[in-house]
Amino acid sequence: MADTYYQPEDLKKFKDVADFGPELAEKFFEYYGAVFEEGALSAREKALIALAVSHTVQCPYCIDAYTTESLEKGASEEQMMEAVHVASAIRGGSSLVHGVQMMNKTKDLSM
Amino acid sequence: MIKSLKTQSHKLSDPAYQLQVLNNYSESLRDLPRFRDKLKETDLFPLKPTGIEIFQMNVGYMCNMTCKHCHVDAGPDRREVMKKETFRQCLEALRDSEATTVDLTGGAPEMNPHFKWFVEEASKLGKEITVRSNLTILTTAPKYRALPEFFAKHGVEVTCSLPFYNKSRTDRQRGEGTYEKSIEALQKLNGIGYGREGSGLELNLVYNPAGAFLPGEQEPMEQTFKRQLSRKHGIVFNKLFTITNLPISRFLNFLLESGNLEDYMDRLVTAYNPAAAQGVMCRNTISVGWDGTLYDCDFNQMLDMPVEEDAPRHISEWNELKLNNRTIRINQHCFGCTAGAGSSCGGATT
Repeated sequence: MADTYYQPEDLKKFKDVADFGPELAEKFFEYYGAVFEEGALSAREKALIALAVSHTVQCPYCIDAYTTESLEKGASEEQMMEAVHVASAIRGGSSLVHGVQMMNKTKDLSM
Repeated sequence: MIKSLKTQSHKLSDPAYQLQVLNNYSESLRDLPRFRDKLKETDLFPLKPTGIEIFQMNVGYMCNMTCKHCHVDAGPDRREVMKKETFRQCLEALRDSEATTVDLTGGAPEMNPHFKWFVEEASKLGKEITVRSNLTILTTAPKYRALPEFFAKHGVEVTCSLPFYNKSRTDRQRGEGTYEKSIEALQKLNGIGYGREGSGLELNLVYNPAGAFLPGEQEPMEQTFKRQLSRKHGIVFNKLFTITNLPISRFLNFLLESGNLEDYMDRLVTAYNPAAAQGVMCRNTISVGWDGTLYDCDFNQMLDMPVEEDAPRHISEWNELKLNNRTIRINQHCFGCTAGAGSSCGGATT
């Protein structure tokens, strides 16, 4: 029994999810692989987007994987940190923009 | 000044210890598949040459730099340099050899006192000559500053190290001030036509990861380097070669000290690519050490693994037929050349 919910070595076992359901896993990993191929966006741009999203969903596996992936695809530290700030800005902004709802409600309730 | 592992009498300056680490350092390394078995699965064992196209000469371990990832453990404190007699023996071997390219490496090959003489002599043989330059040497003493014109005169292909298109990552790997000096040297080379279309003067860059990760795909990386270096410094070049760091010498030291060795080896093994194994550079290359000893590649040279006993082991005994029939010596470090898109002195192999 693991002491913590997250184990770094579990990242390498991602594909093992197929053990409990091969058909859906196969569909998922095929789709996953296709998503990250070079397309209208470069593989490096996709790695940086994935890095930003990883921080939004706060997934340690994803942060581990897409930090390495971004480095391998030739992203600089500045680009990687800017991607994290994009995630942070959207996340912070999504809280803050609800302030308008709060203000609207306040105005509705107030004399 | 940073000292080489050898001057420090560091344990990792012993090739036998390096091989021991790669094979037996921990349980997870012992559990990894052996390179030999992977080759067997790919029907490539025993590994045989396809011929000798590249005649690579390591003309000495002396260098003006002490890069953190250097598999040669080169530096200003290294004194091993190729003697003129050995150069002569190389010329003799080259005269009748089918090799098309003479690849000069080091250390900083420019620091060998016989370097210019040899380039002149080798160019008379009609061979293509490549010099692997660290770039910064071309910004030091006047005799080195004048080398770009000398290279151009002899049509020497210049292949130079530039691990990244920005200062912080370049300097972290190769020492403070390296990026600026490299840019200065590249601008000088561009100034006399190197890397410019139609000049016939080939200027290639070598990218290698500044850490425990693999290089990305070569073509997109080349485009990124071209865009960034052109925008920031107006620099142009021909090709970018992506090279994987092999777990040897100082890079092995970094992997051990940073706790990355097991994961890095696992990554190399997991990324084993049969197509890359088919195209490994040791199949079309011979590596000559500073003292004339013959090796399958520069990495085997650093691990003190000369060509197999049945083949000629010294340049003075050159016999191309016998060398072409040799069995190439392998060990766990070879996974570095077969990972992903493959890696060689000429970049990706697939």
